[in-house]
Amino acid sequence: MATLTLEHVKKSFGETKVIHGVDIDVAEGEFIVIVGPSGCGKSTLLRMVAGLEGVSEGEIRIGGDRVNEKEPMARDIAMVFQNYALYPHMSVAENMGYGLKIAKTPKPEIATRVQEAAKLLQLEPYLKRRPRELSGGQRQRVAMGRAIVRRPAVFLFDEPLSNLDAKLRVQMRLEIKQLQRKLGVTALYVTHDQVEAMTLADRMIVMNAGVADQIGAPLDVYADPETAFVAGFIGSPPTNFLPASRFGGTEGEQLGIRPEHLSLVAPGEGRIAGRVISVEPLGAETLVHLRLEDGTDVTVRQEGGAEAPGEGMEAGLSWESAAEMRFDAEGRRMRGT
Amino acid sequence: MEKRVIFKGVWLPLLLIAPQMLITAVFFFYPAGQAVWQSLFIPDPFGLSMQYVGLGNFEYLLSDPYYRASFLTTAIFSTLVTLVSMGLALYLAVLADRLIKGSGTYRTLLIWPYAVAPAVAGVLWMFMFNTRVGVITWYLGQLGYDWNHVLNGTEAMGLVVIASAWGRISYNFLFFLAGLQSIPRSVIEAAAIDGAGFWTRFRTIVFPLLSPTTFFLLVVNIVYAFFETFGVIHTITAGGPQQSTTILVYKVYADGFVGQDLGSSAAQSVILLLVVGALTVLQFKYVERKVHY
Amino acid sequence: MADRHTGMVEKRGAGHWLTHAGLILGVLFIFFPIWLAFVASTITQPEIVHPPMPLLPGDQFLENYAKALVSGVNAPVARMLANSAVMAIGIALGKIVISILSAFAIVYFRFPGRKLFFWLIFVTLMLPVEVRIVPTYEVAARFDMLNSYQGLILPLIASATATFLFRQFFMTVPDELAEAARVDGAGPMRFFVDILLPMSRTNMAALFVILFIYGWNQYLWPLLITTDPEMNTIVMGIKQMFPSGDDIADWPVIMATSILAMIPPVIVVISMQKLFIRGLVDSEK
Repeated sequence: MATLTLEHVKKSFGETKVIHGVDIDVAEGEFIVIVGPSGCGKSTLLRMVAGLEGVSEGEIRIGGDRVNEKEPMARDIAMVFQNYALYPHMSVAENMGYGLKIAKTPKPEIATRVQEAAKLLQLEPYLKRRPRELSGGQRQRVAMGRAIVRRPAVFLFDEPLSNLDAKLRVQMRLEIKQLQRKLGVTALYVTHDQVEAMTLADRMIVMNAGVADQIGAPLDVYADPETAFVAGFIGSPPTNFLPASRFGGTEGEQLGIRPEHLSLVAPGEGRIAGRVISVEPLGAETLVHLRLEDGTDVTVRQEGGAEAPGEGMEAGLSWESAAEMRFDAEGRRMRGT
Repeated sequence: MEKRVIFKGVWLPLLLIAPQMLITAVFFFYPAGQAVWQSLFIPDPFGLSMQYVGLGNFEYLLSDPYYRASFLTTAIFSTLVTLVSMGLALYLAVLADRLIKGSGTYRTLLIWPYAVAPAVAGVLWMFMFNTRVGVITWYLGQLGYDWNHVLNGTEAMGLVVIASAWGRISYNFLFFLAGLQSIPRSVIEAAAIDGAGFWTRFRTIVFPLLSPTTFFLLVVNIVYAFFETFGVIHTITAGGPQQSTTILVYKVYADGFVGQDLGSSAAQSVILLLVVGALTVLQFKYVERKVHY
Repeated sequence: MADRHTGMVEKRGAGHWLTHAGLILGVLFIFFPIWLAFVASTITQPEIVHPPMPLLPGDQFLENYAKALVSGVNAPVARMLANSAVMAIGIALGKIVISILSAFAIVYFRFPGRKLFFWLIFVTLMLPVEVRIVPTYEVAARFDMLNSYQGLILPLIASATATFLFRQFFMTVPDELAEAARVDGAGPMRFFVDILLPMSRTNMAALFVILFIYGWNQYLWPLLITTDPEMNTIVMGIKQMFPSGDDIADWPVIMATSILAMIPPVIVVISMQKLFIRGLVDSEK
């Protein structure tokens, strides 16, 4: 267990800058999720912490010690890879114990620690099997087991659930969270899935084009996004954006309103009008998609029981002014106006 | 394509690559360089000094009727070996491909010659056609045909061609069979439904789809006929009669080792180098084409 | 081709049997020379020199093979078999070792001259030993390698093909595996030995089959550098058994030797057929 600090961390490949300076302080035992679209630099950032990529500028500290120049093994970290990266010719037990074997840990101790991890992950019956004889979920557990037996200061996860089917993903998500709580290990977790980020994170870092747009607790980030990008990326269905010029703002500014903050009113009423293009009843809620006169599409989220207009019908839209989020032409949040 | 992961270090990789580079430098580049160098000189009759002659060796070679004849012999020989062995192999592969069961058994039986060295193949065929004891010679004699490849250049050529082609059938067969089996059944069945008979299907669908394999084998077989048939020639005819089976590789050997004419042999090596270079470029073209598939 | 009237899609009736007949004809063409050599190795010299020789085996099998193995013509064939085995295994293992090491260096490291080395190895594809025999012979002579196993093996073990095969295979190994090994604390050599080598086992075995046969069947090179009959390999030794001039060759012994010369590679090819075909197809890719 340790703290993890990133200070002005930058990365460039030749002339191309991919990380433009990221700062974060991770407390002991905290679960941090880095979320962002593909190509935003989140994996690169994680690999820099792991020591698989060099740090171009800035400093990374684990437990207070600068680790920029240290080999991955010397950083006291463990990593779970997207495709698990299990050694195909080794048994489950050998896979989990390989790092300890290299560290010249005595054999009986390796056996005990592998056994403990296997018990924790319900892998005991499979210790002698090869990775290809396991299901996707089991391979995932082995990859976690390999990380656990090392008893690292920091866990690093690189999109560990993206190769699993939807149902298994939800289940493993819960398991990872429980496991991290039980072991109390600091964790840094990369994903492109905002639901995963919301559910797992103590705090999340939303990354966009090499910049950490916002760092904060999931619900704070959801309720109070710092940038238009964050507002659009976090939350499903995404925030609706309207040109602010229609509501007293300047040209280029945008007005963001979450779907649940919009309500449908009779045609001719409300602050703006549109035509219903499709209705998606999901049971507990219903999503109504409308096209406004200027061609913008917006989505309204209603309670499942509420009455929805039919497709092709005209409707009015209204919302509380308090629910508006204003963003300037650069996408930055404007407050207090 | 490059790996993302790189281990650090400069000395370790150099150390790892050193054995191969050492062997390559000593036994490939140095001798090849020597060949080029020697091709520009003529040693005096006592081997005491070398006289620089520029391209003299090449001019002499290219005006030497024996060398020009050897070029022609090589061309005829490799064309025949390639055609005979690829033709027979394709015929057998098409038959084997028609079988639902048992093609594995035939494959096991047909890959034997791959394991037989060209030199041993030469001995086997030379034994059958031996002018004194050969079984086939004897039966041909009974039929009234007097076989004598020791005196008759055409018969000698025929014999080395058959022996060389025989040794190559397995290789071609394996590649043709793999090529045929990778053609989707549905394409052939669709053509059959369109009313194409076997021969039409073969000509218009199977053979065109097989063309990458065919082209690859063409190049590989020419290389084989050029270089690897030395053993066949040496055991059966030793280049005779009257040099009628002296292919280029055999001539390098005969002039360099038997005749001790180093300048000429070196010049011949250089010419062969150019030939191999051209064939390699051809092969490369094939690889490129395959990448586009 | 053989039969234009029956379809390729429907495989019944007369066409079916014609297919088999065509293949059997092919098998006979393949086997007749081998069969005849085998028959000749089981009968007496007089039976051969008064043609036509019989087409069925005789009772001299043990005598002829024993004579060949123990005394041969110039050297005991047993000795030549051993030489061939040393050469073939030496070439196969040597090529595999130096190729896998250099492929590892080229794929997993960035070092100065990497591209240059790659091309230097690639160019050797264009230099079969037949093309440069005289200067290569001179090099071997200068290193005092005539009539030695080093001389038989070393000049033939540099192989671009094997290097490319391993390179291609390494490229398909996921990057994450090397990263996981690094996180586990493995250095490059540890990764090579613990992970990469075990994963390459099948490729190495397939390559071994191909290279063993390549080495066993060498002819020109052993012919040049072994003048001592004790160092002859079996494939080149057969030709040396023929007398010069008009003397009659000892056909039963020569034919027994020919059969002995093909047995080891045939066993390797047939028993490891799957690996062999895989190796063949891979190495030509």
